[in-house]
Amino acid sequence: MILEEALIVVEKGTLRVKKGMAQMQKGGVIMDVTTPEQARIAEAAGAVAVMALERVPADIRAAGGVARMADPDIILKIMEAVTIPVMAKARIGHFVEAQILQALGVDYIDESEVLTPADELFHIQKDKFTVPFVCGARDLGEALRRVGEGAAMLRTKGEPGTGNVVEAVRHMRRMMGQVRQVAAMSADELMAEAKNINAPYELLKEVKERGILPVVNFAAGGIATPADAALMMQLGADGVFVGSGIFKSKDPEPRARAIVEATFNYDNPEVLARVSRGLGEAMPGLEISSLKEADRMQVRGW
Amino acid sequence: MKIGVLALQGAISEHLDMLEACGAEGIRVRRPEDFNGLEGLIIPGGESTTMGRLIENLSLGEPIRSLQEGGVPFMGTCAGLVLLGREAAGCPEQRLLGYMDTVVVRNGFGRQCESFEASLDLPFLGRAPFPGVFIRAPYIARAGKGVEILGSVEGRDIAARQGRVLTVAFHPELTEDLRLHRYFLQMAKNLP
Repeated sequence: MILEEALIVVEKGTLRVKKGMAQMQKGGVIMDVTTPEQARIAEAAGAVAVMALERVPADIRAAGGVARMADPDIILKIMEAVTIPVMAKARIGHFVEAQILQALGVDYIDESEVLTPADELFHIQKDKFTVPFVCGARDLGEALRRVGEGAAMLRTKGEPGTGNVVEAVRHMRRMMGQVRQVAAMSADELMAEAKNINAPYELLKEVKERGILPVVNFAAGGIATPADAALMMQLGADGVFVGSGIFKSKDPEPRARAIVEATFNYDNPEVLARVSRGLGEAMPGLEISSLKEADRMQVRGW
Repeated sequence: MKIGVLALQGAISEHLDMLEACGAEGIRVRRPEDFNGLEGLIIPGGESTTMGRLIENLSLGEPIRSLQEGGVPFMGTCAGLVLLGREAAGCPEQRLLGYMDTVVVRNGFGRQCESFEASLDLPFLGRAPFPGVFIRAPYIARAGKGVEILGSVEGRDIAARQGRVLTVAFHPELTEDLRLHRYFLQMAKNLP
C-alpha cells in the first residue's frame, strides 16, 4: 500500500480539475432548487447540475432582509437526492460560509450577489480552496478579476429573480464584445487596456492570445423561457443557469425539460418553436427600471 | 480520417482540438444525418445522466447502434466510459449503450473535492507516464472475459478495450498529450 502511494502522486483541487469540472457542464442547464423533490425534477429533466438554495432569487427579492448561505440540512438532503453535481451559494467575501460548503462536500460554490454581501471590499480568495468557484461578472474586467482570485467558472450577473433577460444580454454582449476587441489589439495596447478595464495583465494577455475567456462562461440572471436560454447561447454562453424561472412558473416540469432542449438546440428555430408550445405561464417578470438602486443585485461586488 | 464527437453536452470542442492536432477531421455529431461516413465516434466527458437522457430524447440511439453494428470503433472518456458500459452500479435509471461488458461505478472516486490529477502508467501508450485528469470520475468495477483492462489507479480499473470499443475514466482532452487519440485513430485505421 505504502509502495503504491509512493509511486503514484495524486493531486486534488488543481486548477485543471476545477476548470475541467465546468468544462464538463458546457451546453447544459443548471437549475436552482430548494427541495429534494425539485432536485429530482431537475435531474429528470436533464439538468447538468442543481444549485441548492433555501429560497430562489425571486423569493429572496420579495422577502428582503439579509440573505445568507442555505441551511446545511437543505443542501445535504439535495445532495442525497440526486447524482448530478450540487452547487451552493456563499455570500460575496464570506470565506467561512465557503469553508462550510466545502466541508459539506458540495461540488461547486457560487460566490453570489443574490445573497447579501459579507464584505464590500474583498471577494473570497478562491484559489485557496479545493472546491471550485463560479462568480458573476458584468464585463471582461470584472470577469478577469474573479479568475485572478481563483474562480474556475464565470457567469453573467444579469438581474436575478426578475424573469427579465435584458441585463444578462447586456453583460454577455459586453463581455463577448470586449474579448473580440482584445483579441484584435496589438501587443503594445494591452497594458493600457488592462489599466482601463482594471483587469490582471497576465490574464488579459491570455485572452488576447487565445481569443476566448480563460474559463467556461454561463449565462445567468433573468432567464425564464426556452427562447431566453437559446438567446443567451446564440450570444456565446457556454451554458445556462436558470434560477427562479423554472420553479416560480406555473408548471415547472415541462418548462425544465423545454429549457434543456432549447439550450441544446439553441440554433434550431423549428425545435425552439416546438418546445416553446403549451408551457403555461412563465414566472411573473419585473421591469428593471422599476427596481430601486438598492434592490439591484448586480451592483453587489466589483 | 473522419471522426465524430457526440456533441450533446460537455467537453466537445476539446476533443475536436485534439483530433485536429492529430491530423484527423473531427465532426460534431448531434443529428441522425451527421452519422454518415464516420470512421470512429468519440463519446466525450460530460454529465452521463444528462447525456443518456439526451440520446433518448433526440432519438440518437438508433443511429449510434447502426454505427456500432457497422463496425465503427468507439472511444468513451469519463461519462463516455459510463455510457458505453453494460451496467451502472446502483443507478438503474442511467441510460446506457452497453457496448462494453463492464459494470461501472459513477462518481466512483467521490464528489468534486476528490477530483484529482495523477501520472498514469499506461503501457499500451508507451513508457512515459500519461497525465490523468479525473473529474468526478467513474471506474470499472467488473469486466467480462472479452474486456482487456489497460490501466488502473489506486487499485481501480480506469482504462479498457473490448474489440472496437476503447474507454478511459479520465480526460485526455484536458491535456496536451495526444497519445490516446493517436492510439484510437490507429485502432480505427487497422480494423479489417
